[in-house]
Amino acid sequence: MSVTVLEGKNIVRDYHVGGGLFRASRTVHAVKGVSFSVDKGKTLAIVGESGCGKSTLARIITLIDPATAGELFIDGNKIDIAKNGLTKEMRRKVQIVFQNPYGSLNPRQKIGDVLGEPLLINTDKPADERRDLAMKMLKKVGLGPEHYNRYPHMFSGGQRQRIAIARALMLNPSLLVLDEPVSALDLSVQAQVLNLLADLQDEFELTYVFISHDLSVVRYIADDVMVMYYGEAVEYGSRDEVFADPKHVYTKTLFAATPRADVASIKARLAKKAA
Amino acid sequence: MPLLEIKNLTVSFDTAAGPFMAVQGIDLSIEPREVLAIVGESGSGKSVAMLAVMGLLPNTATVKADRMAFDGIDLLELSPSERRKIVGKDISMIFQEPIASLNPCFTAGFQIEEVLRFHLGMDRAQRRARAIELMKLVGIADPEERLNSFPHQMSGGQCQRVMIAIAIACNPKLLIADEPTTALDVTIQKQILDLLVGLQAKYGMGLIMITHNMGVVAETADRVIVQYKGRKMEEADVLSLFESPKSNYTRALLSALPENAVGDRLPTISDMLFEPAPSAAGAGSATGAAS
Repeated sequence: MSVTVLEGKNIVRDYHVGGGLFRASRTVHAVKGVSFSVDKGKTLAIVGESGCGKSTLARIITLIDPATAGELFIDGNKIDIAKNGLTKEMRRKVQIVFQNPYGSLNPRQKIGDVLGEPLLINTDKPADERRDLAMKMLKKVGLGPEHYNRYPHMFSGGQRQRIAIARALMLNPSLLVLDEPVSALDLSVQAQVLNLLADLQDEFELTYVFISHDLSVVRYIADDVMVMYYGEAVEYGSRDEVFADPKHVYTKTLFAATPRADVASIKARLAKKAA
Repeated sequence: MPLLEIKNLTVSFDTAAGPFMAVQGIDLSIEPREVLAIVGESGSGKSVAMLAVMGLLPNTATVKADRMAFDGIDLLELSPSERRKIVGKDISMIFQEPIASLNPCFTAGFQIEEVLRFHLGMDRAQRRARAIELMKLVGIADPEERLNSFPHQMSGGQCQRVMIAIAIACNPKLLIADEPTTALDVTIQKQILDLLVGLQAKYGMGLIMITHNMGVVAETADRVIVQYKGRKMEEADVLSLFESPKSNYTRALLSALPENAVGDRLPTISDMLFEPAPSAAGAGSATGAAS
């Protein structure tokens, strides 16, 4: 039986900008009434171009920003951080991994401290237990105990993304939001990190919200796909449905724009060029 | 005669830990009207080799080559001032981060006109007219208005178009595009690639496309060079590279593409490069994940 971990109903987020002495303020509708639900152990991919509101939605799901309107349910409980604030228990359930592993780690913090900090803030585990858990997590993400006392600059991009993933998993979350986790990485490292994410999902029964603009990655990792365009979900369905039969014009444009690396399309292009 | 001919190019950087060889003996040549793609991961020396051609490397770099000639002119013999007459005029380059590579203090129009003034010595009215023409050519809507925009007032795609306008302002013979679409969305990427290939065909430029995206290679290139850790792994025309890659590294790169995934596990480069039997190793890790 499937359990719904995350559900959003008509999520709206407006931002008020400007409004100086000589300028009227205006409202940007970043997310305009988006609904979705994700079952335990599944992956929902959110696709769209920059400015379409996908990262705003990620911040709402991660309980960083409150939604202007709409309802958000995590593990069946309605959550409204604007009204009730955020408890440690909720923070434990939802974690996020950001796009740029160079920017999301504090350069002056050792890896051990990076991993221990979520426990320090959100739990009352003693120092030696935190240390053990951090060591275990390092092994889980494919690093070793010798990395515990190193600083972020001593790692490559792929290793840093592993650290960011490890940090997100320290509190045993049930929901992990991945905001373009592999778009800053090389192809081969991207493959390693995607494999790692798949392994971790199996091991911990994690639910992923995977934000990306790379359709080939989405096709590989997602169970359900939501395509966003100017704050609206223009297409939402299972991966096979969306990829086999895109309905909205924007989704079709998106598919047409994705470069294809197969022999048939190269032949077609060369033939067109020769003609 | 090749447009650009490089033989045995070596670039090393002086670091605290001794010299670091970023490029180790690369041979490369490109004919006029050809699109050459250089593919590799970060650290493969693909950008450094092209920066060496442009003469844009810092003082810590040592560039050595048996031959480095552009259109019959030996670039190694040129004085810096002679070189500046070629770079930006006959060879030009666009970079990965469009917003960062424009000067934030000057308008787009000023930055396009600067090239025209320096290389072609046009007067103010000519420059203005040519700048508008170039903006139209690269597909910027209301060019008259946009000439007065600063980089921060434009989107990433528009900034990249301005960069391309600057690069093609003097009708270069060779255009080097260093990851021109990595920072852009898929839909914008498509537009920029179409624009570059269209301009290349229209003006008969040579185009060197530096990228790590195999999709971009498949969609643009005639010929491909694959680089890894400063060395050339393979050189082939685009069809035979994708149909029958010769080196293990190319095969690994192609199989790491998510669309080529078989089952629920992606083969990684290290699976391929360091294991004796790549197919057996791939199957082994797949069953390992399933169990």
